[in-house]
Amino acid sequence: MRKLTLALIALAALAVPFMGSAYVSVVGARILIYGMLAMSLDLILGYGGLVSFGHAAYFGVGAYTVGILAFNGITSGFIAFPAAVVAAAAIAVAIGAFSLRTRGIYFIMLTLAFAQMLFYLAIGQQQLGGDDGMPLPHHDSFGGLVNMASPAQFYYVTLALLAATTWLAHRLVRSRFGLVLDACRQNETRLLTVGISTYRYKLAAFVVAGAIAGLAGALIANLEAYISPNFLDWRVSGEVIMMIVMGGIGTLLGPVVGAALYIILEEIVTPFTAHWMAILGPMLVLAALFWRRGVWGMLSGVPAAARTASASVAAAADAAAKPQA
Amino acid sequence: MTASAAQLLIEQTLNGVQLGIMLFLIAGGLTLVLGIMNLLNLTHGSFYMLAAYIGVMVYGHSHSFLLAVLGAVAGAVAVAGVIEVLVMRHLYDRDHLGQVLATFGLLLFINEMATVVWGESPLQMHKPQWLDGSIELLPGIPYPAYRLAITAVGLVVTLALHYGNNHTRVGMLIRAGASNKRMLGALGVNVDRVYAMVFCLGVALAAVAGVMVAPLVSVDSGMGDSILILCFVVITIGGMGSVRGAFLASLLVGLVDTFGRTFLPQAFGYTLGPALSSMCIYMLMALVLLVRPEGLFPARG
Repeated sequence: MRKLTLALIALAALAVPFMGSAYVSVVGARILIYGMLAMSLDLILGYGGLVSFGHAAYFGVGAYTVGILAFNGITSGFIAFPAAVVAAAAIAVAIGAFSLRTRGIYFIMLTLAFAQMLFYLAIGQQQLGGDDGMPLPHHDSFGGLVNMASPAQFYYVTLALLAATTWLAHRLVRSRFGLVLDACRQNETRLLTVGISTYRYKLAAFVVAGAIAGLAGALIANLEAYISPNFLDWRVSGEVIMMIVMGGIGTLLGPVVGAALYIILEEIVTPFTAHWMAILGPMLVLAALFWRRGVWGMLSGVPAAARTASASVAAAADAAAKPQA
Repeated sequence: MTASAAQLLIEQTLNGVQLGIMLFLIAGGLTLVLGIMNLLNLTHGSFYMLAAYIGVMVYGHSHSFLLAVLGAVAGAVAVAGVIEVLVMRHLYDRDHLGQVLATFGLLLFINEMATVVWGESPLQMHKPQWLDGSIELLPGIPYPAYRLAITAVGLVVTLALHYGNNHTRVGMLIRAGASNKRMLGALGVNVDRVYAMVFCLGVALAAVAGVMVAPLVSVDSGMGDSILILCFVVITIGGMGSVRGAFLASLLVGLVDTFGRTFLPQAFGYTLGPALSSMCIYMLMALVLLVRPEGLFPARG
């Protein structure tokens, strides 16, 4: 069942550019980019239980890195994309180092506050368009390999990057590292008791999530050929959490499906009314109150909570204790 | 030269205190709800925004500032009451993720409805005429009367809150609910009602701030969002759930923000200065957290 669903989704994803005009490829690419963003947050939110409400920060840093480089004449994707990933990871180190000293509600408020600081910083940059943002002079180029201005080619590049990062995240959560992360969510005290420094693991996961979000940011700047403080807006952080919950928390691919649902719904509704938020808001409240498994949870038949608690804590403890033994 | 420097200093100090008091009215309610019901309420800033809009509307029709304040507080509290019963009380026992999601959804809804009802473009509210002048605090140092008035009102509300919390039966129930909900219920007190009361009290405080600030800012549907995040900074610095901490942290944030915006651009020039000044309260927050991860005045333990 799970394999079949996966195969169908992969097939559908590959076929998107053949389904219609360039518009379809552009919307498809946007779905993949926000899917990547949601997937990266799911790594720490779904597995580590870290409700970061500032994920837009790394997305925006990635986009602004591409923008600033382009502004200074550097439009080689081989430089701009790695730079965006590194910049986002560096910011994630700084924010994570502070925020992860706290937990629960504090952590939520802190990640939000630091992201907001970057938002105001971006608004203040008049030479980068300030409030309004600015268009990019050129798309990043990858030598002669791909033409980033072609919607279909852009779509496939994004799809490949999403597949690669999701595979990476999947390997990560299945590794010893991932077991510790999962155990942090379930019973951090127990991990600390058996002598595992959870802080380092959480920070590492936080930085990986930030780096992937930075890659998504580099892609969105290229897709829109525009950078703006809107990428850093805290509503983006909220929307990403929404996508994760819609799709299925702690499933990696679920959030990508959630992103697709969200963006398709938005595309359908906005031609009829400008007040899409007035429809989305109540839906979100209802989802939070009554619908907790997400679409992916329904499709794959595995509730996220089924990953049993004590077994995984014990496994993580064993796994992490090994190198010291 | 020195006289004008002194004037600037006094003016900015008063502005900082005024911002701090207004912040406290909003952050105080937020921290009460956080400390007592363990609810992270992202909708809190929307009630502040709602009160400002209702205030503008009532003032436009009645030309009475007093009516505008009363109407704004009553209106915001009425909406809050409905939302408490429909949504909030189902969230008190939920995990933080559920709370964030539901209150974020509510925030999107309320903000969007505000643009449906009052339009996209920002509204302006005039100061009442009897507060439109300025007062000479010290010889040669005039200060807007309206700002003094809202500082005074904020202080009075703060004192009333302090008195109510420590010397009335309702305050006793609230404190009891904070320390042991189940025991309070076992003693025959309707805990749901106490919680609803706390929630509406918090909204009333934010509403007072919203309608008082309305003549100083342009009223738009996003005004609650930025203030909400400022309040998070206040609560993080002050210590979660601590009203005293929120008060002191509000003043601190108000002063640091005001002084940062006034003096940093002068000190660091007009490219680096504005960037630094918009970041300085966050740096303050990071500094406090580095020294005291629980905030300056944690409520318990």
